[in-house]
Amino acid sequence: MKVLAEKKTKRGKYHNYSFYFLIAVIFLYFLLFFFDPGGACKSLKASGDIIIRIIPVLLLVILFMVLMDYFLHPKTVAKYVGKGSGIKGWFLAISAGIISHGPIYVWYPLLKELRDQGMRSGLVAAFLYSRAIKIPLLPLIVYYFGALFVVVLLPYIVIASLIEGEIIELIESRKIQ
Amino acid sequence: MTNPKPNGGERSIVMSFYRAFKSLGAAIPTLLGVVLLLGLFLTLVSKQFIASVFTGELFRDTVIGSAMGSIAAGNAVNSYIIEEELMKEGVSLFAITAFIMTWVTVAVTQFPAEAAILGKRFAVIRNSLSFFLAILVSIATVTTLILIH
Repeated sequence: MKVLAEKKTKRGKYHNYSFYFLIAVIFLYFLLFFFDPGGACKSLKASGDIIIRIIPVLLLVILFMVLMDYFLHPKTVAKYVGKGSGIKGWFLAISAGIISHGPIYVWYPLLKELRDQGMRSGLVAAFLYSRAIKIPLLPLIVYYFGALFVVVLLPYIVIASLIEGEIIELIESRKIQ
Repeated sequence: MTNPKPNGGERSIVMSFYRAFKSLGAAIPTLLGVVLLLGLFLTLVSKQFIASVFTGELFRDTVIGSAMGSIAAGNAVNSYIIEEELMKEGVSLFAITAFIMTWVTVAVTQFPAEAAILGKRFAVIRNSLSFFLAILVSIATVTTLILIH
């Protein structure tokens, strides 16, 4: 009962925070509209463009969440990305981060679901960091900075993902102790 | 359509859809706030402004690059285009690499969404670590390139 009540309080806080944040941003727009109506309209148009761009990714995220809820059991999640997942967990998280598309914030709800089912926080961090490697954009980076730059940079990104994940796990384990 | 649970009972695909929409629906106000904030950023912060903050001092520029990339937002393609401009301006590759790294790994504009969904503590630690790691990755990458050359 206590856990349920705590969860509800947390959810309530989260909803309040979300709405305050949205209201604060809308207030910024009102201010901008007052001082620079053209700038406010341009910003709204830019936001509209972003929404159109992220819709396909959002649909993909919803599909993943449905499939996960339907097929994955917390035990399965724990086996692959949970406490005892070891190297396999790191490999899965980093590979998934590299393959994932779209803006980072679209993936937060999915990661929350996975973490609630037992995914390690360090793997969540490794997933988010390894998103720095964007396979579709590799030709573009090669064009701007050269192939050698990319060949050197990519392994360092993977190493940094591991370091970040490990440090977060260390901090989390200290918090639990 | 149903799927048996390991502990007996069955899962329904309709309920899975319901739970997915409910979970994402709860995140919609934050995501909308972030998108509106990104719109403001893309309109109000120019490439010229980003280029103007670099000083020419190697380490300071690397930290500035890391900071600018953290605040900057938008598609990663934009970061490469800005970087090309910065290279033409003579900004060091250390700063440029740090800028690219934090552009995609640190999310200041998206921080409210990350804090609300994944937790404030996690978001603060992850973004701070990403900021410092970007500087280290930039130093390691450019030093390796110098050694290879």
